[in-house]
Amino acid sequence: MTEEAEDVLAIAGRWVAEGETVALATVVETWGSSPCPPGSRLAITVSGRLAGSVSGGCIEGAVAEAAREVMATGVPQLLSFGVTNERAWEVGLACGGTVTVFVEKLA
Amino acid sequence: MRRALFEALQASRTAQRSVLLATRLADGAQALITDSGVEGDAVPEAIIKAAHQALRDDAARVVEHAGERWFLHPHNPPLRLIIVGAVHIAQGLAAMAPQLGFSVTVIDPRRSFATAERFPGVTLDDRWPDEAMAALAPNRRSAVVTLTHDPKLDDPALDAALRTEAFYIGALGSRRTHAARLARLAALGHAPETLARIRGPVGLAIEAVTAPEIALAILAEIVAVRRGAALSARASAEAAA
Repeated sequence: MTEEAEDVLAIAGRWVAEGETVALATVVETWGSSPCPPGSRLAITVSGRLAGSVSGGCIEGAVAEAAREVMATGVPQLLSFGVTNERAWEVGLACGGTVTVFVEKLA
Repeated sequence: MRRALFEALQASRTAQRSVLLATRLADGAQALITDSGVEGDAVPEAIIKAAHQALRDDAARVVEHAGERWFLHPHNPPLRLIIVGAVHIAQGLAAMAPQLGFSVTVIDPRRSFATAERFPGVTLDDRWPDEAMAALAPNRRSAVVTLTHDPKLDDPALDAALRTEAFYIGALGSRRTHAARLARLAALGHAPETLARIRGPVGLAIEAVTAPEIALAILAEIVAVRRGAALSARASAEAAA
């Protein structure tokens, strides 16, 4: 999909050109309500820069953690998150869905 | 993603070519799939077929084949919104539509309307609508909205739009204006089922009053049509009226 408000791939490309190590996280499946449909992307650098999103904000931290590992090893990971309503409410979100995210290094 | 594949993907996107990134979720094997071929890792024929379908549907999805799960991620060129009439509502549309993934072109041969000052950063086309529409060639990823209230400008644009695959065609104007418009277009040889593609009065019924509110109603209807929303009987009846 190309209808993202920001062009995450272009930003990731610029970061790589600047010499950053970059990981890409992509939503591949969702169940229930999720604000980010399949194809939504988050780009993450080792230095902690972020662009885009893969959820309303509830899983970005866990994805960033996995991304650090992926950037170190170069081995992609497939992550699954079930977001309970209570947990979602806690962080101020009302998504309550489940989401699968593919994380890869931009080599 | 390997660097070479990433660069090929970005080159296709920049050139506004449709391309799909296929990823085997178990190990991250990847390839780019277009109408003309496959670049990257080996991809089963069934997955290539599914990829072509995903490109047509413009929907990212997981497909399973021979016990392997592949993520099919289409990258189609941007959606386009072609607006006829550089009027106040067009200013609202031009400001909001890019957030929804549309690249916007405003057609208006009247130079006092179509100015960079009124439409900062928006592509303006000052040709007559028939000429501009022929050049812009709306496709099934295009929406066309006429806003001038002037048959000399709106009619040729609608006539041209009806001869394309544009997924949305909307025309501003009251029910009475719209009925008269349909009669004129019918006289140009358009069948009733073709004319039914035009949404008028344009936009979802949200009691919009101000120009930005009308722009919002139009964009909401464009999204609804694109996503196949079941519009209420009232909205559909209005659109068909």
